[in-house]
Amino acid sequence: MIPKTLRRGMFLSPLLALLSGCNTVVMNPSGDIAKQEAQLIIVSVILMLLIIVPVMFLIIWFAYKYRASNKEAAYEPDWDHSTKLELVIWGAPLLIIIVLGLVTWISTHKLDPYRPLDRIADGRPIPASAKPLVIQAVAMDWKWLFIYPEQGIATVNELVVPVDVPVRFKISATSVMNAFYVPELAGMIYAMPGMETTLNAVQNKPIQSIGFSSNYSGAGYSDMRFSYRGVPQGDFDGWVQSVKSAGANLDRAGYLTLEKPSIKEPVHHYAAVDNDLFYRVLNRCVADGAVCMDKMMNDDAKKAREMAMLRHAPQQAAATRLAQANGEVCTTPNDPVKKK
Amino acid sequence: MHEQFDLAKSIFGRLSWEAIPYHEPILIGTFIMVALGGIVLLAALTKFKLWGYLWNEWFTSIDHKKIGIMYMILGLIMFLRGFADALMMRAQQAFSFGDSHGFLPPHHYDQVFTAHGVIMIFFVAMPFVTGLMNYVVPLQIGARDVAFPFLNNFSFWMTTAGAILVMASLFVGEFARTGWLAYPPLSGILASPDVGVDYYIWSLQVAGVGTLLSGVNLVVTIIKMRAPGMDLMKMPVFTWTALCTNILIVMAFPILTATLAMLGLDRLFDTHFFTNELGGNAMMYVNLIWIWGHPEVYILVLPAFGIYSEVVATFCNKRLFGYTSMVYATVVIMVLSYLVWLHHFFTMGSGASVNSFFGITTMIISIPTGAKIFNWLFTMYKGRIRYELPMMWTVSFMITFIIGGMTGVMLAVPSADFVLHNSLFLIAHFHNVIIGGVLFGLFAGVNYWWPKMFGFKLDRKWGVYSFWLWSIGFWVAFTPPYILGFMGVTRRMSHFDDPSIHWLFNISLLGTLMIAAGIGCLLMQIVVSILNRKELADVTGDPWGGRTLEWSTSSPPPDYNFAFTPVVHDNDSWADMKKNGYLRPLKDFVAIHMPKNTWAGPVIPGITFVMAFGIIWHMWLLVGVTFFAMLAVAIYHTFDYKRDFYIPADEVTRTEEERTRLLEAHV
Repeated sequence: MIPKTLRRGMFLSPLLALLSGCNTVVMNPSGDIAKQEAQLIIVSVILMLLIIVPVMFLIIWFAYKYRASNKEAAYEPDWDHSTKLELVIWGAPLLIIIVLGLVTWISTHKLDPYRPLDRIADGRPIPASAKPLVIQAVAMDWKWLFIYPEQGIATVNELVVPVDVPVRFKISATSVMNAFYVPELAGMIYAMPGMETTLNAVQNKPIQSIGFSSNYSGAGYSDMRFSYRGVPQGDFDGWVQSVKSAGANLDRAGYLTLEKPSIKEPVHHYAAVDNDLFYRVLNRCVADGAVCMDKMMNDDAKKAREMAMLRHAPQQAAATRLAQANGEVCTTPNDPVKKK
Repeated sequence: MHEQFDLAKSIFGRLSWEAIPYHEPILIGTFIMVALGGIVLLAALTKFKLWGYLWNEWFTSIDHKKIGIMYMILGLIMFLRGFADALMMRAQQAFSFGDSHGFLPPHHYDQVFTAHGVIMIFFVAMPFVTGLMNYVVPLQIGARDVAFPFLNNFSFWMTTAGAILVMASLFVGEFARTGWLAYPPLSGILASPDVGVDYYIWSLQVAGVGTLLSGVNLVVTIIKMRAPGMDLMKMPVFTWTALCTNILIVMAFPILTATLAMLGLDRLFDTHFFTNELGGNAMMYVNLIWIWGHPEVYILVLPAFGIYSEVVATFCNKRLFGYTSMVYATVVIMVLSYLVWLHHFFTMGSGASVNSFFGITTMIISIPTGAKIFNWLFTMYKGRIRYELPMMWTVSFMITFIIGGMTGVMLAVPSADFVLHNSLFLIAHFHNVIIGGVLFGLFAGVNYWWPKMFGFKLDRKWGVYSFWLWSIGFWVAFTPPYILGFMGVTRRMSHFDDPSIHWLFNISLLGTLMIAAGIGCLLMQIVVSILNRKELADVTGDPWGGRTLEWSTSSPPPDYNFAFTPVVHDNDSWADMKKNGYLRPLKDFVAIHMPKNTWAGPVIPGITFVMAFGIIWHMWLLVGVTFFAMLAVAIYHTFDYKRDFYIPADEVTRTEEERTRLLEAHV
């Protein structure tokens, strides 16, 4: 993706970190996706410095040279046009933006959080058979719930992922907008009630770090942080076992209690979790008697279709076509959770 | 449920003694200060019998110059409030580490950052920009007033009514705790049941009417009232940017009004436009608010670009380089500003192609913006640069703004935005362009046009102090947030656990204190200048060797601006007139047709203010009464046919002869 000549500029990355003397995790992350995003920052900066450095220099030079007290300098009060210069001042930025635009188009598609990963790290493609680990993340007031559907466990405010295994996050929220962000792992994506967003990422090194909400969500926002760990596969399996033996279960009633606003919630482990809990959170029907949103929309669509049919077709024909139509009313595709 | 008619509730709505924040020492302190200051001010006004003067000469005035100045006074007052908020935020973040939780609990802190954003954009930048346009544009195009003088006064008072509502929320109830754009569902009735968001909605709705109408007014003024000879490509660049800005206002503000109206309906009547029930969707709000919000950024910065263009040409004693490309750049920015809104939420889950499209359109804006920088640069080239205050601000702007532009393009790359969005890097970026671009421009503009407004220059010494404190203080305050953004620190945090980043917040606080000193020097500059107005006086009306029409008349200009409407032959019309030996007309003056002052301008917004207050507190009886009162007054006002008068030729002659004597005395 990144031209060779530009890669040389990447020496700037550690330099930047050194300059600030800080832990600039965004520029030195340990997940492959975050790493590529950091590289993109460097590339765009270098491309822009190509024009910014000369302009800065010219500003200071002209500002000094053409000061009123310097009578030596040339003075042309009526000079106000030069076609050649105009070409340069419109053309040079245009060229840089064309290059940057290309980089943007390619990188945005390549690093699209919805796109399944094709590599674990630079030069390590993912075998076609490999399946990502699915983790469902729910932003709550003001804590994070993580459900591991394949393992059948859940945690609050603790996220553990195996190293070098692609992870697919399915993200939603209970009441207000948040953003799911683990700087070590990958860029952020909003967590919104009634919506599902996806993030594909991979952790490349064992790490003990944090993740948090990066979109202001109310009184408990500052403390809406969770512990984030990347561990080797073996340790991950051990951790799953330890959670499984922890005892408590997360069912719908338990979830409704958990959902109540709380600040600085300690880590919880749940040995078992209702199969369709995330589906119900997403469709806002955890509480008994609540109609799931997808069903409601489906029914509404069906009703609208029926009304239209009845209005426009003779009774008999309408009935047949209705039967056909109802057969084809769609469900959301690509949703493994819902299909079971 | 059967509710009985409750008289107290229909009168007072939700308002009760609970709404007065007497348990908040900071607010009580502020209130006492404001109350004491207010009493002193009111007493002084009464003692010196200034009420009549203020009402007749200022509050009801339809003179675009006085309205412009009132706009700027409003902007300055609100600036002090907004900066006090900034200072509290910086102090809170510098103190609130580990076990210490600072002096602001989240409940209060969240109101402070919301108020800071709302005030700085809507009630500081907008009034300042509108005020300058109001003052300068008619003078630059050789007009005697704006197209709709009554509307101008009315717009100002609507904006003021909105500002007073925001200020009222300090002492009666509270302000929103949602961030300055109040995204639902957080701003919905479930997450924010109290009056904060209602204050937010209604102050912006009331002020928004003012902004929209003043936009209409200035567009019509520029299109219809230019002096003979001034075709579009002979307009001064500031007027061009004002035209583009006002077109943006007219096209963007209705979107804000509609969006906030829907949010208001959601809160009052459970309409669920933006909440999940009944098929509503918060993402629609986020889109709509930014379809207004991004043009808003250019509404603020385009006039600033116009100011720099005027200042650079004047103080380089040289024609502006590339006038035509400057104009086209402005127009291109105006159009493109509507095609980029999605870059404010790349992280909301749009597909890669959508994100790339908006990322690339955003980058394309940097081309005309870059062209502008080059045009100013090549205006300096082979010029004779006089470093008066406006020019100093301009050079400082160019250097500061380029960095802001660069970080902006970084954020425009969607995949980079995924790691920088909502971080302090973002905060540093937009302060970099708004302070470095808009605010420095306004300082340049105020220093530049002050002598035109008041007939004396601003003091240089205090101005230079303020300039350096701002220019350096800005970088001290906002370099740390840039770095903190790379460390993954997000915005709007009221408390931090990690002690290793503490020092960066301390440096940022130091920078903010430098800026505070800069503001102090700015105020000193104004005070000292007023005290020394005799020494700083300018009788020529053209203290800088200006190039555009406003410098051809006296300072301050007479009520009628120009005794005779000038005829224009060049885009640097005044420079052109001077070069060709223009002689001021000395006789044959005629009576001048002028608009009359209006009592309805302050009165209708006053009633609107009470109505909005009633809506916020659910005082439905009051809302009903004031609504009909507002309608009645507006209708009554339409029957007022005596809205104009003639300044007699004698008086014009007298005024002009006085100026002639003054000019001769100072040759």
